[in-house]
Amino acid sequence: MSVELDVFVGNTTIMDKEVYQLWLNGYTVNDAVKVRIEGGVMEECEASAEVLLSDTMDQYRTFQMCERLLHHPAKLANQLLFQFHPQANLANQLLFQIPPDRQAMLIERYYAFDDSFVREVLGKKLSKGTKKDLDDVSTKTGITLKSCRRQFDNFKRVFKVVEELKGPLVENIRQHFLLPDQLARDYAAIVFFANNRFETGKKKLHYLTFQDFAFCAGQLINNWTLGAVDNIMDDMDVDLDKEFLQELKDLKILITDKDLLDQHKSLVCTALRGKTNVFNEMEANFKNLSRGLVNIAAKLINAKDVRDFFIDLVEKFIEPCRSDKWTSIDVNLYLTHYTNSAHILDTFKHHAVWTRYMGVIKSCILRMYHD
Amino acid sequence: MPGKLKAKIVAGRHLPIMDRASDLTDAFVEVKFGNTTFKTDVYPKSLNPQWNSEWFKFEVDDEDLQDEPLQITVLDHDTYSANDAIGKVYIDIDPLLCSEAATVISGWLPIYDTIHGIRGEINVLVKVDLFNDLNRFRQSSCGVKFFCTTSIPRCYRAVMVHGFVEELVVNEDPEYQWIDRIRTPRASNEARQRLIFLMSGELQRKIGLKVLEMGGNAVVGYLQCFDLEGESGLVVRAIGTACTLEKISSTLPATATHPSNSSPSKDMKDSPQAAPSTLGCRSTHSSPVHSASSRLSQGFSVSVPTLLFAGMGSGGSAGKEAGPLKALLRQQTQSALEQREYPFFPLTAFPPGFLLHVGGVVSARSVKLLDRIHNPDEPETRDAWWEEIRQEIKSHAKALGCQAVVGYSESTSICEEVCILSASGTAAILSSRFMQDGPLDTEHRFEEVVSPGCGFCHIPYDELNIPFPAQLTYCYCCRRYKVPDVLFTTIDLPTEANVTGKGCLIQARLCRTKKKAQGEGNATVISNLLPFLEYELHTQLMNKLKLRGMNALFGLRIQISIGETMLLGLASATGVYLTALPSPGGIQIAGKTPSDITYEQHISNMQKKINDTIAKNKELYEINPPEVVEEIIGSPIPEPRQRSRLFRSQSESSDEVSELDLSHGKKDAFVLEIDDTDAVEDIHALLTDFPTPAGFYSCNTEIMPGIQNWTSAIQMFTSVRVFRLNASLTSQGLNKIFSDLCENLLKSLYFKLRSMVPCCLCHLNFTVAIPEDELIQVAVTAVAMSFDKEQLLENGKQSGEKTLIKAITENDEQLQFNLELNAETPSPNPLSSPKGLSEVGSHLSARALSVDYSSFADRCSSWIEQLKLKAHTIRRGSVKTTSSMEKASPLPEGRSRSLRSNRSYSGSSVAVVKMTPLSFIPGAKIIKYLGIINMFFIRETTSLREEGGVSGFLHTFIAEVFAMVRAHVAALGGNAVVSYSMKECVFMENPNKNQAQCLINVSGDAVIFVRESELESTSVQTQSATTHTSNGAEGT
Repeated sequence: MSVELDVFVGNTTIMDKEVYQLWLNGYTVNDAVKVRIEGGVMEECEASAEVLLSDTMDQYRTFQMCERLLHHPAKLANQLLFQFHPQANLANQLLFQIPPDRQAMLIERYYAFDDSFVREVLGKKLSKGTKKDLDDVSTKTGITLKSCRRQFDNFKRVFKVVEELKGPLVENIRQHFLLPDQLARDYAAIVFFANNRFETGKKKLHYLTFQDFAFCAGQLINNWTLGAVDNIMDDMDVDLDKEFLQELKDLKILITDKDLLDQHKSLVCTALRGKTNVFNEMEANFKNLSRGLVNIAAKLINAKDVRDFFIDLVEKFIEPCRSDKWTSIDVNLYLTHYTNSAHILDTFKHHAVWTRYMGVIKSCILRMYHD
Repeated sequence: MPGKLKAKIVAGRHLPIMDRASDLTDAFVEVKFGNTTFKTDVYPKSLNPQWNSEWFKFEVDDEDLQDEPLQITVLDHDTYSANDAIGKVYIDIDPLLCSEAATVISGWLPIYDTIHGIRGEINVLVKVDLFNDLNRFRQSSCGVKFFCTTSIPRCYRAVMVHGFVEELVVNEDPEYQWIDRIRTPRASNEARQRLIFLMSGELQRKIGLKVLEMGGNAVVGYLQCFDLEGESGLVVRAIGTACTLEKISSTLPATATHPSNSSPSKDMKDSPQAAPSTLGCRSTHSSPVHSASSRLSQGFSVSVPTLLFAGMGSGGSAGKEAGPLKALLRQQTQSALEQREYPFFPLTAFPPGFLLHVGGVVSARSVKLLDRIHNPDEPETRDAWWEEIRQEIKSHAKALGCQAVVGYSESTSICEEVCILSASGTAAILSSRFMQDGPLDTEHRFEEVVSPGCGFCHIPYDELNIPFPAQLTYCYCCRRYKVPDVLFTTIDLPTEANVTGKGCLIQARLCRTKKKAQGEGNATVISNLLPFLEYELHTQLMNKLKLRGMNALFGLRIQISIGETMLLGLASATGVYLTALPSPGGIQIAGKTPSDITYEQHISNMQKKINDTIAKNKELYEINPPEVVEEIIGSPIPEPRQRSRLFRSQSESSDEVSELDLSHGKKDAFVLEIDDTDAVEDIHALLTDFPTPAGFYSCNTEIMPGIQNWTSAIQMFTSVRVFRLNASLTSQGLNKIFSDLCENLLKSLYFKLRSMVPCCLCHLNFTVAIPEDELIQVAVTAVAMSFDKEQLLENGKQSGEKTLIKAITENDEQLQFNLELNAETPSPNPLSSPKGLSEVGSHLSARALSVDYSSFADRCSSWIEQLKLKAHTIRRGSVKTTSSMEKASPLPEGRSRSLRSNRSYSGSSVAVVKMTPLSFIPGAKIIKYLGIINMFFIRETTSLREEGGVSGFLHTFIAEVFAMVRAHVAALGGNAVVSYSMKECVFMENPNKNQAQCLINVSGDAVIFVRESELESTSVQTQSATTHTSNGAEGT
């Protein structure tokens, strides 16, 4: 004796958020039922395990049927666009009648990802090879392989769609995948990292969270890409502004010209004196730190060095400061005066490039300066 | 040549990839009507083709317009090989043939293929130009309106109810033709779909002709069914009630005309002056056996004895003035009804004052052997079969002293060559007011005497000459007339009925094994089993009703399904406590061997359990009938023993039963004897019914007594389960499995819909089938509707507080007053019935508003939105030539209206098409009926596993059917389907071959509705006629 067939179809598609999450997390139906039983939904609703199993299977089926629409939210989007095109409304994608707030929830959760997972693949090439290694990632993070695959496929799908698109990256993602603002920004960071292949996996970078990187990516996208400076439609946000990178080489004068370096140092030291406990260390390390930062700038024209951008920041600046026990207030103070003093230097001409460079460097370092 | 059909193919979208090489499609469209076909150009290499074709014009007879669907086929052009079909769209153009329905079909319709399902959408425009036909001998019936709704549609008024119309057409089933051996499954499915479309059209046309003959202009409660008789053919049959309807003038402010229509429930009315309850009574079952086994020429046929479910009692003398008046009434209405061959009305709800008395349920069944239909043009055998059954129903009704049968329906169950035909309805006496022209004074006088809340319960038959041993008491409301102790009906609860507490779904389920047999032998076995099956269902219903402390059943529907080795019986009804009827006694268990102590212990344990359950149920359903002063009026009434008994075996006589002390005191009790395993099983079945979880109510009728403050959140759903049985089960085992199957299904529904609590599952419609041996299929379609808990509680309090009772009784009086007025108004008065009711409604709601200011803000905001919307519509320049009705409605176009109303998401809403099996939408007013939706789909797969197994396959198919219904409604300009039903869901599988096939037939009325909150904001007279509607979050 067995239930051979069991379906429930509502005119409005019924979806349980909790079960959706379990499905997204890659639980099997039986595991999901176990979790739900532990969650106490049975007592709440006077249900039996049988009922729960039937409901879970039904929901899983619904999600599977919806999944292909979720891969192209623009298709689902037609439903959302009804509002603006009354003539063409009502009949679009009628298979599921889902209220708009539910649709938004479905999309948002489908595209949500685990920070621990994204840290593993951030900056890696979104290729088949990486996908093959996902079972390692799964064992390492404790996230089910199914969920890992979904997240990876999401990254790849978004990457493929926006890679060749013109216009602002975040906006493109938001429009094509109907993601909420924050999530769209995160995806922009992922796409940006994957495109520039930033190294994030080195041991020294392990202490950084995805949100740290996402913040830095936002800084880079907003300031260092071609889209950042002018709004010509045919430029792209995913690549750094080559011209700017070229100009960065001019900053080398700050460390190659001995006079300039000394002058810069004395200006900074004068400004800092008495304002911090680590003044001596700052004074002692000035030349080292300045060389570090300017060298990073000068090397960015090489793609390979772009990849090492974050590791360089940590090695050349953050680690020395940390070993001297600077506080982040100290770092802030130092970088502020370091940036500003350069403008007073008589022979230094590259003010615009310097500002554009140091603005990003400063906010990135401040964000990354924690334990 | 009185009609011109015009069609334009605009565009397609989301088409499937037909050319693997280019990942694109070269699509073109064939438009076919009758024998004429047009083609569009090929739109090369696109999945979103823009054909923008010319207008294809078909000049056709209106007869064809009614019969034929417009057939649109989308194909992929192939230079070298045959063109591949992508899919089809059938468009029923019937709604365009009626001036009051839709004027154009325009929108995106899913392209459907029987093998692949929905494959993209196509945008079409369809119009019809009809010329006046003055031919008196015409064969068409354009202009007759059809409604699935089994009550007078919301924006119409019944001028006249003409009576029963029926028709059937037969044909060969293409699936069983010889050609089916050589053609593809797709071709076969399409031939079937097309044939059924054609037959439905023809049937509707023929029924329309009958209506015109009778002088009517509409069919209400149109119920079309088809019987897949397999080898012997395909029968499509329909019944309905012919009416003359008149549109309620829309110049009246909409809210003022019918504010209560959104929630056709009424206030709970306690009747403090109820009659004494000292009268005991007995309930027995008479089973007048009408075994008229006649042999029809073409085959075997057995008419099965049927039961009359009526309220039964005995004793009592004639009521005061009821006798003569009733006789008079009967005389009058008889003259009106006797002209009719069958005084049957498939309606389940009636205009006020139409239904006078209800006798009880009448039903008839007959077992037939199917034979090939030789001449499809003369479906005489099938006609004769139904005629026979209808005659039987008619005579049953007569035996109950009734001239009419309401809530009438017909159904079949087929297994191999055996077919059970069933018909059932409720014997009733109707007012002649809607059936004859000219007022009748005497009748009105009679109506004045009858109070509306209990009048229908009063017995229609003569007390001195009752057709069965029965016991009656005086009505507990008016104390003037006799009422039975229990009342079974197939109709909806009349809105004016006095009900105590709430109702609930009551089901009797039965499964019986039978021997495998062939032909006549099989038919004999089945007809021998049927009476027992029906009897036991009745017993179960009665027991469960008592267990819930209720005394009446509404919406009773008994379905019997035959399989090769078993018979399934499922009776569903909504139990209520009618204030007018006496309080039901408890259930008493009697053992046969009182000497055994442990046995007695066992019995008393069970008795305790039952008593506890009754007490719990009374609390749950809020059944606290007012305690009344004992007072004996009228002639001496015999006081029989305070119990009634259930005859398990006819040999027992009641005197042998040992008397147990009942906790129910003087109330009469129902005695259950545990003298055999059957009874144990009965008791078991009684007690295993799962109580509805907190916050849920359920019923199979349109409305739930005691709940009126529905929110706008509704959720229609269909759930299907198929259960595989193990071989060799006993009847008891089967019974338990079947019962559990239904219970578990209900439990699952409650769990699924838990987010809607507090809510009521309305119109729970179960259908059972035995698709093959060892399989049981149960399908449920219903709607879950949320209601406002707080107001509910308030109402509960109200009934408790004396001052408020007063207010309510005042209202009562007003209602009565209005109805009386109503009764005196000659029927052609356009302001008659709805107006009267509406005044009461607004009266009530005005009170509600006076304490609730919160709704004010809501109204303001909807005002603003209204303005915005208007601006929007103007800007869009949506111009539409509208009929007078549309102009009068506050918003010019259905589609633009649905743009608004969802506040939660970026200020406007997704255009949602609501579906409901009910005839109304809570919190909204239906402003236009666009026509009937009657669709038939077949889906087949040869890759069952790949489509997610049987569940995945059916899930997708049902979702697709919903989608297509919604799309067609939207194309007609509607935003909802009411009276929706899935009349057929035939599922067949062959997992070994990785195949499955499913047929689904759905129907309903496409409508345009407007939220009452929107109406309010546009209505000028907001103060005078506001209804408090919950315009809160739109949950669906």
